[in-house]
Amino acid sequence: MRTRSLIAGAAALALLATPGLAKKKDPEPSPAAKAAREFNKDPYPSTYKPYPGEATALVGATVFDGAGGRIDNGTVLFADGKVVAVGGADLAIPANYRRIDGTGKFVTPGIIDIHSHLGDYPSPSVDAHSDGNEATAPTTPDVWAEHSIWPQDPGFSRALANGGITALQILPGSANLVGGRSVTLKNVYARTIQGMKFPGAPYGLKMACGENPKRVYGSKGRMPSTRMGNMAVNRATWIKAKEYKAKRDAGKLESRDLAMESMVGVLEGEILIQNHCYRADEMALVLDMAREFGYKVTAFHHATEAFKIGDLLKASGTCSAIWADWWGFKMESYDGIPENAGILHKTGACVVIHSDDENGIQRLNQEAAKAQGDARRAGIDIPDAEVIRWLTLNPATAMGIDKQTGSLAAGKMADVVLWNGNPLSVYSRPDKVWVDGALLFDAADRKRRPVSDFELGQVGEGDVK
Amino acid sequence: MSLRRTLLGAAALIAFATPAVAQDVAITNATVVIGDGSAPIQNGTVVLRGGKVVAAGAGVAVPAGIRTVDAGGKWVTPGLVVAVTDIGLFDVEAVNESNDSDSKSPFNAALDLSPAINPLAQHIAVSRAGGVTRAAVAPIGTGAIFGGQGAIIDLASDGQPITQARAFQYVELGEAGARAAGGSRAAAHAVLRNAFMEARELARRGGGQGADPRLQDAAPERPGDALLTRFDAAALVPVVTGRQPLYVRTERAADIRMALALKADFPALKLVIVGASEGWMVARELAAAGVPVLATPLNDLPASFEQLAATQSNVGRMAAAGVRVGLGAFGDQPRYAPQYAGNLVSLTRVPGASGLTWGQAFAAISSVPAAILGMDSRFGSLKPGLSGDVVIWDGDPLETTSGAVQVFIDGVEQSLENHQTKLRDRYKVPTEGALPKAYEW
Repeated sequence: MRTRSLIAGAAALALLATPGLAKKKDPEPSPAAKAAREFNKDPYPSTYKPYPGEATALVGATVFDGAGGRIDNGTVLFADGKVVAVGGADLAIPANYRRIDGTGKFVTPGIIDIHSHLGDYPSPSVDAHSDGNEATAPTTPDVWAEHSIWPQDPGFSRALANGGITALQILPGSANLVGGRSVTLKNVYARTIQGMKFPGAPYGLKMACGENPKRVYGSKGRMPSTRMGNMAVNRATWIKAKEYKAKRDAGKLESRDLAMESMVGVLEGEILIQNHCYRADEMALVLDMAREFGYKVTAFHHATEAFKIGDLLKASGTCSAIWADWWGFKMESYDGIPENAGILHKTGACVVIHSDDENGIQRLNQEAAKAQGDARRAGIDIPDAEVIRWLTLNPATAMGIDKQTGSLAAGKMADVVLWNGNPLSVYSRPDKVWVDGALLFDAADRKRRPVSDFELGQVGEGDVK
Repeated sequence: MSLRRTLLGAAALIAFATPAVAQDVAITNATVVIGDGSAPIQNGTVVLRGGKVVAAGAGVAVPAGIRTVDAGGKWVTPGLVVAVTDIGLFDVEAVNESNDSDSKSPFNAALDLSPAINPLAQHIAVSRAGGVTRAAVAPIGTGAIFGGQGAIIDLASDGQPITQARAFQYVELGEAGARAAGGSRAAAHAVLRNAFMEARELARRGGGQGADPRLQDAAPERPGDALLTRFDAAALVPVVTGRQPLYVRTERAADIRMALALKADFPALKLVIVGASEGWMVARELAAAGVPVLATPLNDLPASFEQLAATQSNVGRMAAAGVRVGLGAFGDQPRYAPQYAGNLVSLTRVPGASGLTWGQAFAAISSVPAAILGMDSRFGSLKPGLSGDVVIWDGDPLETTSGAVQVFIDGVEQSLENHQTKLRDRYKVPTEGALPKAYEW
């Protein structure tokens, strides 16, 4: 989206309209001050272009539209990369559409993983590939995940073929209180990372609570070494960001600061906070910190104790991006329960199922199904179509791409998975996956299976995975 | 005094929650899975008596006067068997104080894991609630090529977990073994062969005999150039004499071949390959050698250079080639066993992929690992005479939405309560009531 690359002119306009300043003669900002507020916000722009696709009619399948809707014996039409129409068996199919019989099969929007490290912690996971944590300072809002991602990670292909993943957010790791900017990708291999970037997706900023930052920096004899240290460093960083913004708006900056540009992007609502946090009490503190400094926490990630504060999360409009049932691997995950999603859902809070794992991303549908089963045994019945929303529209919303993808609605990107059975069954797998209407995985065609550069000429090249 | 009263109260609660003795019970109107690879049986019955399976299947008569549980069409299976895992060795993996799975001890092969296992660890309770009734516990995070001697346990809540201590010796080859041996596979093989030769020499001199081979008062003299401690060398005597299986963790096809080649020099070795991401490439050799595999089921990424050929079809291809394959060494929660097995069934519907039939897949998490552990006459299926390890599920046990609803171990019905279920009950409604949450228990 070109508009994102326009210079930050809005702030300058706001400055002119400020009454207090209008009384005095406004001094001409220095060239440095101008550069600090009139910079290119999209210097590594997406070059992704949808691949060609056929006008396609999926007929006879059960359709979960991603927004909570279900159509039995449904019809999904897409052409020119966009969803054209979604309806029942009576939906008219234009003559030039290729019909695909989906009888006994299921259709969902492309699955979206809000928390992945594909590319910044790629396979093979050798030290030379460890590019996810700039663990040299507790706050590094200046680093951007897209500058670490190896587009040849074989993990992208597994996520597509086995998980039906069509879009994903790659985050920096959680060693730092502020880990840096995330990037959202289309799950389509490209020679460059720019070629994978989801057009128009906002940036996220990764933050982390709890054990990791205090352990990593405490062990280096640095602040933070405690949870109170975590909060102090966070607050000091936000104070600095607010001062930076005020100076910038007043034309008084003498140089650009990449770190502060990320923080101010959050304060201005352009960059979404994706906050790694396990414990309920810490999440509640972070929500107050967000109020203290005037920003929104878009999603807590991992959030193993979110079920304890579903009411607070609902009130703040914050999603919980969670595993189905991971728990007990570190102290702050000891209270994780498999009913986390179910209780949050019942409380009316936003649930997203995430992976944070190159294997888990291949089975997000199964993770959601496990959470659904555990909820049912706890007396919380959640229909399949609602559960699918945890993997589609909800993550799209929390990543700021819900206008483009995440549900099957006319005009949206034709990111579509045809499953060979109910995706909430362990026995089902993607049959075909389209990204922007282009068929990029077909279980019946071994050449419609991406093979990354890394795997060429090595054992296993092009094998079923 | 109040402390004493509290302790008594706690003991009473535990006793109340877990009947200590096996009850005779007939589970009727069930979809019965024997666990031997056969297909599920509709409208079947399972009879447990004296802690053992008496009968299971269709047309089984319910003995007069026995307690009857109507399963209402639910599924009844043998308890799941997970080999190998590290549950019981930690309370919280990353809390070092609670974790016994990674030893920097001067001893290695001599280490006996059984005293380190905490039967009351929450991970055991949670696994039990997931239908896991037996496990083989191995030191997966070991820092030496020999991790020590693993134990076979049950997951009952009676605090007596050990089915068999010192059931197998665990060794790391491949990258992990190379690292532990000083940085190369060549070093790992030198360490391994030297250790076996020292053990064989010790055995020839009469050492390492007896129930616990490490303990021998009148110890024979050893050559002056011995590298192993006496304790470690003695522990390896049962391995080189074939009395104790050797579990070899290895992934790369070439490494599996090197492990199989050990039998040329040490013919009594009873090998089991663990992990085996590239096992499909050497499946015929594994089958010909009669060496079973405990495979990490769904590895499909080149996570390391020793896993370049990893594919989810690995288990299916090995099974098709006649290798005895159980699922294990997940590196995560044992209660995921059914999900892994279910995924292998799903592969049978993917063009070009290899998977397992439903019966094979269930056997791969019950009777097959039991047989690999040498325990198939004790547990792992619902054949008459085996331990009354039985799970009732609210649906197809391999399906992700299903869960265990009743669990019996040695015929004793188990409590499925744990830290998680109590948290669930406390926070079903997250907001406080008349008193703080801390009073809701």
